[in-house]
Amino acid sequence: MLIELGHFALILALMVALIQTILPLWGAHRGNHMLMALAGPAAVVQFALVGFAFAVLVHAFVTSDFSVALVVSNSHSLKPMLYKVSGTWGNHEGSLLLWTLILALFGASAAWFGAGLPERLRARVIGVQGSIGVAFLAFMILTSNPFLRMVEAPMDGRDLNPLLQDPGLAFHPPFLYLGYVGLSMSFSFAIAALIGGRVDAAWARWVRPWTLAAWIFLTIGIALGSWWAYYELGWGGFWFWDPVENASFMPWLLAAALLHSAIVVEKRESLKAWTILLAILAFGFSLIGTFIVRSGVITSVHSFASDPERGVFILAILGFFTGGGLVLFALRAGTMEAKGVFGLVSRESALVANNILLAVAAFVVFVGTMWPLFAELVLGRVMSVGEPFFNAAFTPFFVALALILPFGAILAWKRGDSGRVMADLGPAALAATGVAVLSLALLAGQGMIAAVALVGAGAGLATVWKQIPARFRARLPLLMLALAVLGLVWAVQTGRSALGPLGVMLGSWVVFGALTDLWGRSGRGGDRLGRLLRLPRSEWGKVMAHAGMGVTVFAVSALLAWKVEEISVVKEGESFRLGPYDVQLADVREVRGPNYISTMAEMVVTRGGARVVVLYPEKRAYPVQGMPTTEAGIDYGWLRDIYLVIGDPQEGGGWAVRAYIEPFANWLWGGCLMMAFGGLISLTDRRYRVAASGAKAAPKAAKVPAE
Amino acid sequence: MRLRAFFIAVLMLLAGPVLAVQPDEILQDPGLETRARMISREIRCPVCQGETIDDSTAPISRDLRLIIRERLLAGDSNDEVIDFVVERYGEFVLFKPRASGWNWVLWLSGPVALLAAAGGIWLSRRQRQAAPPGPPVPLSAEEEARLAEILKD
Repeated sequence: MLIELGHFALILALMVALIQTILPLWGAHRGNHMLMALAGPAAVVQFALVGFAFAVLVHAFVTSDFSVALVVSNSHSLKPMLYKVSGTWGNHEGSLLLWTLILALFGASAAWFGAGLPERLRARVIGVQGSIGVAFLAFMILTSNPFLRMVEAPMDGRDLNPLLQDPGLAFHPPFLYLGYVGLSMSFSFAIAALIGGRVDAAWARWVRPWTLAAWIFLTIGIALGSWWAYYELGWGGFWFWDPVENASFMPWLLAAALLHSAIVVEKRESLKAWTILLAILAFGFSLIGTFIVRSGVITSVHSFASDPERGVFILAILGFFTGGGLVLFALRAGTMEAKGVFGLVSRESALVANNILLAVAAFVVFVGTMWPLFAELVLGRVMSVGEPFFNAAFTPFFVALALILPFGAILAWKRGDSGRVMADLGPAALAATGVAVLSLALLAGQGMIAAVALVGAGAGLATVWKQIPARFRARLPLLMLALAVLGLVWAVQTGRSALGPLGVMLGSWVVFGALTDLWGRSGRGGDRLGRLLRLPRSEWGKVMAHAGMGVTVFAVSALLAWKVEEISVVKEGESFRLGPYDVQLADVREVRGPNYISTMAEMVVTRGGARVVVLYPEKRAYPVQGMPTTEAGIDYGWLRDIYLVIGDPQEGGGWAVRAYIEPFANWLWGGCLMMAFGGLISLTDRRYRVAASGAKAAPKAAKVPAE
Repeated sequence: MRLRAFFIAVLMLLAGPVLAVQPDEILQDPGLETRARMISREIRCPVCQGETIDDSTAPISRDLRLIIRERLLAGDSNDEVIDFVVERYGEFVLFKPRASGWNWVLWLSGPVALLAAAGGIWLSRRQRQAAPPGPPVPLSAEEEARLAEILKD
C-alpha cells in the first residue's frame, strides 16, 4: 500500500511541477502577482511529494520489502543496514529519484531563501527549475519507475554490487548529485535573466552562492569517489579518466569557471554574456554526464545497467534544455552590454584567462570522452581513449592554469601593475624552487643537509631582500619559470624523472602564491593580524581554495612520480622489502563477514627492526553476487601511505602480494577538502547572506529580540 | 545443505585470480620490466570495461602482458611492441590513439580551442575599441536603491 502511495506521490509531483512551471512563467510575462506568488508554494509542495516518495523507497529497502522489484535486484536481507539505506540510490531508478528529490530541494530552497529576489526573477527562476522537474519526473514515471512490484515476492534479494558496499561510496552519489543538480539553479537563473533581459551586479551576486554550493558539493563528491577508487579497487590509483569520472569532472571545471566569471560580472559588470553561456553549458554538461552514465552508449566500470530507450529520453531532455538555452542565448545575448572596460594586464584579464583554460580543459575532456562514440558512429572504427591520452592532452592546460593563478589572484582590477605583482611574488617563486630542490635532495638521501642549507639561504635572502634592486626582484618569478621549463625539457629527453620535482614546485608555487595574496591583504605596518582577521570571509575562502588546489597539484605529482611498487610471492612467515620497510606475511586465515567470506592476511611492517604497523589486507568473496573484491590494508600516514594487497595462493606455495608506498596520498584528499572548505567559508560571507535574504525588511526586524 | 552450497560457491570464487600483474610474469631485467609496465599501461584489456591490461585480471590481459615481455626480450623497441599488439588486436586496444588521419581532430581539439578563444577575444576587443559603447540604460529609481543596498558592504 505504502509503495503505491509513493508511486502516486510521484505522479502528483509531476502535476505540481507542471503548475510550478506554467503559471509563474505566465504570471511573470503578464505581470500577474497572484500567479507569480504561486511559484514558491508549488516548489515546496513538489519537494514534499518527491520527499515522501523517496522516504517510501528508503523504507522498502530498510525493511527488505521483496515485493518491490527494485529491492529484489539490489538488496539482500543479510546486508548491513548502512548499505540497505545506500542501496536505495545504488541503482538507476533509485538514483534518479534521489536526483529528482535534490532538484525539488533546490527549487524549494529558491522559495525559502529567495525572498530578497525581485518578484519576476524569482517567479522565473522557480518556474524554470520546475520545468526541469517536469522532465525528470516524466522520465522516471514513464521509463524508470522505482515502485514496480513483483508478481511473486522471492525469499531473498540479489544483493548490491559488492564494490558499492562501502562507506565511501554510500555517500559519494548524494554529494555528486547535489553538485550536478545544484548547477540547475545557475541554469535557471541564467534562463530567467535571458527572459527578463537584464544581467547586472545584483544578479551575479544572487547566482554566485548557488553556483558555489554546487561546486562545493561536486568537489566533495569527486574527492569521495576518488578516495573510494584508491582504497577499494586495490591498486592504489586515484583517478582513471573513466567516462563516468569525466562526466563529473567536466561540470566541475565549468562550475569553477562560472564561479570566477560571475565575480567579474559582480565587481565590474563585464563578461555578462559569457557568464550566462557558462551557466547554460555547466548544467548542459551535468545532463551529458547523466546521459553517459545511464544510456550505456559509453562503457564504463561504474555505469548502471543501461537500456537504449532511457538513453533516447535523456538525450531529448539534454537537447531540450541545452539546445533551448543556447537558442535563447543566441537571441538575447546581444542585449547584454559590458560596462566595465579593462586593460590587458588586470584581474579581469587574468580571470578571462582562467575561464578560457578551464573551458578548454573541459572541452578536451569532452572530446576525449566522446571520441570513441564519434569514431564508431562516423568513422566506423572501434577506438579507445584513456589515461595516457588525457595525461598528455589535458595536463598542459591545467599546468598553465596553476602557473598564472598566483599572478591573477593579486593583480589589481581594471589596470594592474605587472612589475609590482612580479616583485611581490618573488619570495613565493623562490620558496617553490626551494621545495623542489628539497624533494630532489630527499630522494638522493641528503634531506637533512639540503633542509639546513635551504633554511639558511632563505634566512639570508630575507635579511637582504630589501637591498636587492627591485628590477631584479621583479624578474625572479620569470627566472624560476624559465628554470622549470628547462627542467621540463630535460625531463622529456631523459624520461619521467623530473615530473616529481616540477609538479611539486608547481603545487608549492600555488600554495605560496595564496599565502602571498593573504600577506598582501594584511596591509603595511602594524596590526597586520587584526587586519587579517577583519578581512571579508570571501577573501579567506579564496586563499583557502587556491591553496587547496596547490596542495592537490603537489600531491598528484608526488604520487605519480614517487610511488613505490613491489610485487612478490611470499610464504607465511617470510618477509620482503618495500622501500625502507620490511614486510612480513605473518598469517593468512579465513574469516566470515555478514554477507561475505574473506581471506585475511596479517602483515607486519617494520623499519630497521622497529614495528611500524600491523595490517590486515583482505580478499572478499560475495557469494550472492558471485564477485570478489579486494580490501587493501592501508596505514595512513602524514607523508606516505603503506598499501598492502593480498592476492592468490601460488602453485609452489606462498601468496602473491602487492605492496605500495603512496607518498602524500592524504594530501590529495586534504587539498580537495581545503578547496571545498574555502568555498564554504566564502559562502558564509556576509554579502551573500544579505543578498540572499530579504535585505529590505531585515535591518529593523533584526533588532527585535526573539520572544 | 544451503550452508554447504554456500561454502562451495565461496571456494569456487576464491579460486579466481584477484591480482593483475602476477609475480611469475615479472622479468629479471628491471629496465625491461619497467618498459613492459609502461607499455601495458597504454594497452586496453580487450574484454574488460575500460581497464588497462596492467590493471586487469582477465586471462587475455595476462596473455598480452606475456606477449609484450616476450617481444621486449626479443629486442623490440616500445613502438615495435605496440605495433605488434595493435596488428593482432586492432586499434581498439590503444588507450592513446595515434596522432594520424582523423585522430588529429582529437589531438588538436585543445590547442585549436585555445587559439579560437584567443582569436575571439582579440576580435571582440578590437570591435569594442572601434565602437565605444553607447550610454548605459539607466536603472529605475527602485532598482537603483535596491542595488545600492545590496552593494553597500
